[in-house]
Amino acid sequence: MAEKKTTSTAKKATASKTAASKATASKTAAKKTTASKTTAKKTTAKKTTRKPAPRKAPAKRTTARKAAAENPVPGAVGGDGAPSPIEGQSLNLGHAEAINAPGDADFRFYTEVDAYTHEELGLDVETLLDMYRNMLMQRRFEERAAQMYGRQKISGFLHLYIGQEAVSTGSVWATRPDDPIITAYRDHGLGLARGMSANACMAELFGKVDGSSRGKGGSMHFFDVSKHFYGGHGIVGGQIPVGVGLAFACKYKETGGVSLTYFGDGAINQGSFHEAANLAALYELPALLICENNQYAMGTSVERSRGSVDLYKQGYPYDMAGVLINGMDVFTVYKAMKDITDEAREGKPFMVDMRTYRYRGHSMSDPQKYRTKEEMEAKKDEDPIVRLKAYMLEHKLAENDALDTIDDEVKQVVLGAVEFAENSPYPPVETMYEDVYVQDDYPFIS
Amino acid sequence: MAELQFREALRAAMTEEMERDENVFLMGEEVAEYNGAYKVSQGMLDQFGPKRIIDTPISENGFSGLGIGAAMMGLRPIIEFMTWNFAFVAFDQIVSNAAKMRYMSGGQLKVPIVFRGGNGAAGQLAATHSNSTEPFYANVPGLKIVAPSNPDDAKGLLKSAIRDDDPVLFMESELMFGMKGEVSDAVDYTIPIGEARIAREGDDLTIVAHSKSYWLAMEAAEELSKQGYEATVIDPRTIRPFPFDAVIDSVKKTNRLVIVDESQPFGGIASEVGFQIQQRAFDYLDAPVQRVTAKDVPAPYAKNLIEAWMPSVDDTIAAAKRALYVN
Ligand SMILES: Cc1ncc(C[n+]2csc(CCOP(=O)(O)OP(=O)(O)O)c2C)c(N)n1
Repeated sequence: MAEKKTTSTAKKATASKTAASKATASKTAAKKTTASKTTAKKTTAKKTTRKPAPRKAPAKRTTARKAAAENPVPGAVGGDGAPSPIEGQSLNLGHAEAINAPGDADFRFYTEVDAYTHEELGLDVETLLDMYRNMLMQRRFEERAAQMYGRQKISGFLHLYIGQEAVSTGSVWATRPDDPIITAYRDHGLGLARGMSANACMAELFGKVDGSSRGKGGSMHFFDVSKHFYGGHGIVGGQIPVGVGLAFACKYKETGGVSLTYFGDGAINQGSFHEAANLAALYELPALLICENNQYAMGTSVERSRGSVDLYKQGYPYDMAGVLINGMDVFTVYKAMKDITDEAREGKPFMVDMRTYRYRGHSMSDPQKYRTKEEMEAKKDEDPIVRLKAYMLEHKLAENDALDTIDDEVKQVVLGAVEFAENSPYPPVETMYEDVYVQDDYPFIS
Repeated sequence: MAELQFREALRAAMTEEMERDENVFLMGEEVAEYNGAYKVSQGMLDQFGPKRIIDTPISENGFSGLGIGAAMMGLRPIIEFMTWNFAFVAFDQIVSNAAKMRYMSGGQLKVPIVFRGGNGAAGQLAATHSNSTEPFYANVPGLKIVAPSNPDDAKGLLKSAIRDDDPVLFMESELMFGMKGEVSDAVDYTIPIGEARIAREGDDLTIVAHSKSYWLAMEAAEELSKQGYEATVIDPRTIRPFPFDAVIDSVKKTNRLVIVDESQPFGGIASEVGFQIQQRAFDYLDAPVQRVTAKDVPAPYAKNLIEAWMPSVDDTIAAAKRALYVN
């Protein structure tokens, strides 16, 4: 599906949601809505913004499909005859095709951008600035880390998150600070979003003793258990069952928490994803399986690795609701994550297909021959940080100068982190033997 | 003391620990409704309910990882593998996650989980179902491995394993679930992980053997005794950490060592013990260390072949005689 420039098709579709969400809506109806492109203004769009109605947790196990059939979510298009969620969106969401879903599918689409105002989302200006600061922190931290890598201050693998910041910030702001998070090796962004200190993160990259894992984890293995951040993990897909285990513990201990398990589009091809998805559904766990679908696994695009590229459908075999989110817009991410997290807390797992894009190579050694300059250029307009900044300026929520000041402050924090990392000592060699077992006098190494 | 089967001793350990600590739960294929593939968990669903005795689909990778995540948040899962042969599909979870989580987090996390199930060869099941899997995991720092040889040890060690804050792999010989023995019913009966049991004492040679092989060693020792040679038999009970000191002390007295181990010879447990002893007690050895292992081929099916494949009493006696320079 190539990009379609902004039209109001989807919005129009939303307006005619009564028709669309009726299980009986015919394909002709869907076609009609798609066909009737108008140039409705943004304001119209805002008014008709999809707002999935809050749903009560079913008293007893009701399958997602049944629930969807019995209790269609207003505005969440899906099911037979529903219009394509993708057509008419302003962003190129990658490869999502027009859906052709079974009638009992519970699919939800948060594909619009610039569709929500901060007021609608209940975000005050202070919070917006915090979000902006946080996204910038991730960006500046990694830009500096890349530079330090070039200077050989950092070794090993370094997978940059640049471009995906709306996903981390949007979802962390939409959830509780004690909701456990786990992710793969592209973990700097989520760690920083969850409140890990730039100092500890940079020191970890430098392999210093003050690093978040005392220099034993490196870029791929940030951890901060005090912040309920259960780490970055180096084996593709290996963290997904563990994330479902975090959800299991939330339910067992009745914490009311929901676990957020992040993985890439490449990881969805691992058996671990499918096993974990089935367990999450079977045990009705408060689990969000969030695919950060940046459309590439190293040099392999989704199309070259998948029979079906619509990853939000991957929960369907397990009776799990599927959610497609435009991961380049922090408001959209926030809105969607708020909606589904509230439901997930009740023990309803979701499969989330978060369409995003990484601007940098897979890792520092990646010459990126697998994508064209044109594609990268086209994606530039979608930058989530630029987008948030534009929103704030446009809505006169902040002056350019003030935003620049935030950027300067963030850059200073990152420079301070580099200095901190430089000054932190290497771990004493004896510490190599520590942290293997809880029982540290264990007679293993002698 | 009560006379219990090996499986009953395991069940008693799990039951007592679940009564003591509500964070302990049991999860695995057929553990609940079916009462356990080998009936280890018989009746536990009735006592503890489905929240804590949990049937899983056939997803070893998935539910092992689930257990690890739960342990990272303070629960104490017992993950039952129908047998360790099927845990190969969970290898990544055990090796990359359970074992390494603490280290890679710089000591922030602990993973108090027990993986347990039947291990080794059990008759004519052919190659996929007849693996002694200890050496695969023994190579991985961060794991503890326990392999008891009798019901009493099974109970005491399993209780310790459940209370342990590190991941413990608990390997039960598939052929031993029905074995009976006296089992302590003392309150809080635990046996420390990492301590050997000296089952028999004699001055002529030392035989080390764990799990099912222990019984071969005992039988061989009886036969050797009839022939005038007295063996010390050591059951290490724990593979990692291995109680090397007990073996060294014994070798200092007997000067000869035979290791019986049902895993494959190359890079196996016997190989490691042999190496450690030559390095740490070389001057006390009067003969090369001998080992008795499974043959270095996949386990065959035919009755005569599988019998020849497994370590036997005769193999053990022959190895002992090589160490004693008699024949
Ligand atoms: C089991 C496993 N196989 C292969 C690798 C090597 N590898 C590391 S990252 C990667 C690509 C994964 O892509 P994706 O899951 O889409 O995540 P992204 O890099 O896009 O964030 C591969 C193949 C690995 N780490 N683990």
